Amino acid sequence: MHQFQTGLGLYFRLILSFDSAGLREQRIASLHSCSPKVCIVGGGPAGFYTAQHLIKARQDVEVDIYERLPVPFGLVRFGVAPDHPEVKNVINTFTQTAKHTRCSFYGNVNVGKDVSVEELQRAYHAVVLSYGAEGNRSIGVPGEELTGVYSAKDFVGWYNGLPSCRELSPDLSCETAVILGQGNVALDVARVLLSPLDILKKTDITQPALEALTGSQVRRVLIVGRRGPMQVACTIKELREMVNLPDTRPEMVVSDFEGVTEALKDLPRPRKRLTELLLKTALETPGEKEQERRNKASRTWGFRFFRSPVEVLADPERSRTAGVRLAVNKLEGSGERARAVLTGEVEDVTCGLVISSIGYKSLPIDPSVPFDSSKAIVPNTMGRVQQASGLYCSGWLKTGPTGVIATTMNNSFDTARSLLEDMDSGTVDVSAAKSGSHIISSLLEERGVKPVTFSDWEKIDNVEMRRGEAIGKPREKLLTVEEMLRVARTVTEDKNVISY
Amino acid sequence: MALVTALKRLAHVRLREYSRRTAAATSGAWLTGRRSFTTGTQTLRSDNKVTVHFINRDGEKITVKGSPGDSLLDIVINEDLDFDGFGACEGTLACSTCHLIFDEDVYKKLGPVTDEEMDMLDLAYGLTDTSRLGCQICLTKSLEGMVARVPESVADIRQSKDESA
Repeated sequence: MHQFQTGLGLYFRLILSFDSAGLREQRIASLHSCSPKVCIVGGGPAGFYTAQHLIKARQDVEVDIYERLPVPFGLVRFGVAPDHPEVKNVINTFTQTAKHTRCSFYGNVNVGKDVSVEELQRAYHAVVLSYGAEGNRSIGVPGEELTGVYSAKDFVGWYNGLPSCRELSPDLSCETAVILGQGNVALDVARVLLSPLDILKKTDITQPALEALTGSQVRRVLIVGRRGPMQVACTIKELREMVNLPDTRPEMVVSDFEGVTEALKDLPRPRKRLTELLLKTALETPGEKEQERRNKASRTWGFRFFRSPVEVLADPERSRTAGVRLAVNKLEGSGERARAVLTGEVEDVTCGLVISSIGYKSLPIDPSVPFDSSKAIVPNTMGRVQQASGLYCSGWLKTGPTGVIATTMNNSFDTARSLLEDMDSGTVDVSAAKSGSHIISSLLEERGVKPVTFSDWEKIDNVEMRRGEAIGKPREKLLTVEEMLRVARTVTEDKNVISY
Repeated sequence: MALVTALKRLAHVRLREYSRRTAAATSGAWLTGRRSFTTGTQTLRSDNKVTVHFINRDGEKITVKGSPGDSLLDIVINEDLDFDGFGACEGTLACSTCHLIFDEDVYKKLGPVTDEEMDMLDLAYGLTDTSRLGCQICLTKSLEGMVARVPESVADIRQSKDESA
């Protein structure tokens, strides 16, 4: 313990001494204005990993990260499930990047509205778009607008405290919830709906969500997919968490698994282990202890395969969700490439909650930026935006909304490498001076926009952690942009600030 | 006791300071260019050290020493080995970025793999039969002189483009 504290002290002294040297360097560099200046739009994992790679690779690059919300970290803060805190450890490395002398964070700046991409391109040598995917794919069926139907993106945003999802107020007064889609996000939603409150109340799930879940009547969650068990998109860790979720028991359809055992031997190890676990959960007769545990369980969950939604059915009196009509499919082909084909049969499932977890979707934020509407990405080659110069993209905006944080990390490093190559080759001309944040800060001030700095974010961070500590949670998130800005603007450290 | 192992033990306690410490170790290295101060119990007697050879993504061999009980991730951090993106989740089995590949004979000495490790390892790019996650391998004297290869973390389009030119 003592050694840790000594080490910490030493570490911070090193950082500070490096910082003052770095600051001196930066001032000199800015005077000469020879340093390449890069602007990153979006303060989530893609933005931070791109910045990290650039700063590490060249000693003269300065990076400014612009983020629409007052708080950084994107989906690491608003997407990763509250009961997966280790996944959020990457925040530590992002924090180090943000605090580097050659990196600056500007929160509360809406690119596309407060400042245009063209203005950024004039002020910086290069602009990297990393603003992710804030929209969702619609199911495309009648009844989709009924009360009781939500996108997983909004549901997750709601329990994770995303300000724009605060008023979602999902109705949890029904017994059965149907989730469309079988990826990891679908499993996160199922797990949050069915987790014992004892577990959830120690996480950073928002207090309003916790209260809503405390009053929830949902006891059964069906996770529906178009294809079969061998095409399921979730990964084994998340499946195992469902299988081991206290006070729940699995409920699967045995006939869905016909032919699966025989196909096992040809599968690569990751798919094989995943399928084996699914098979075991669905088909194996449990041992005595497990049977007893299942008998006592008050909640059930299960996969439903070979089903596509065709309509959300309304309760005639109250125009809210009463069920979902599913078309029955059969598979043509096998493995990853198998296709679901309609058989003509349909099946109605009674439920009061439908959560569509079929994918996020990127949106265009500035008309000057090329956008491929069919793929919902910015068209690019290795991160270089097509038909544009000095414009790059990383993260989900570059490749589409799939993959874990490590996928985004590699994707972002790749974009950074493209930009570095272009700086070296002269494709991006860094010999001409650019004013970077100086001119953008002036523009924003003229327009009445006041950016939130990283130290401002740390005030928010501290308030959230202190509020959480008071109730046994890692943090209690501020839920509105107004609250965040109010805390960000506090001038002196008010030690009594616990609640607003 | 290796810092990261200690971290795992204390996983259910609020660990802000410890997380920062590891963050200092993980990224402080590139930030300050200096060796990080991590392992609390680094002994001064050189005969208690275990030599490990890492082969980096450029094929270069890097020889370092660690103490018994250190995980391979600990060593990468302690010795400031500059592997891009290595150990993103800081040794908590929430990613596969500390993926390492071993020779058959070394792999056999590494002991059994838990389901938990295998679940994350399954997601690693370029998975082999002798792959393990570095954060789960703890040094013992019997691993003296072991070689661990750091594989590519993603299909390198860039490389194949050059090769085909």
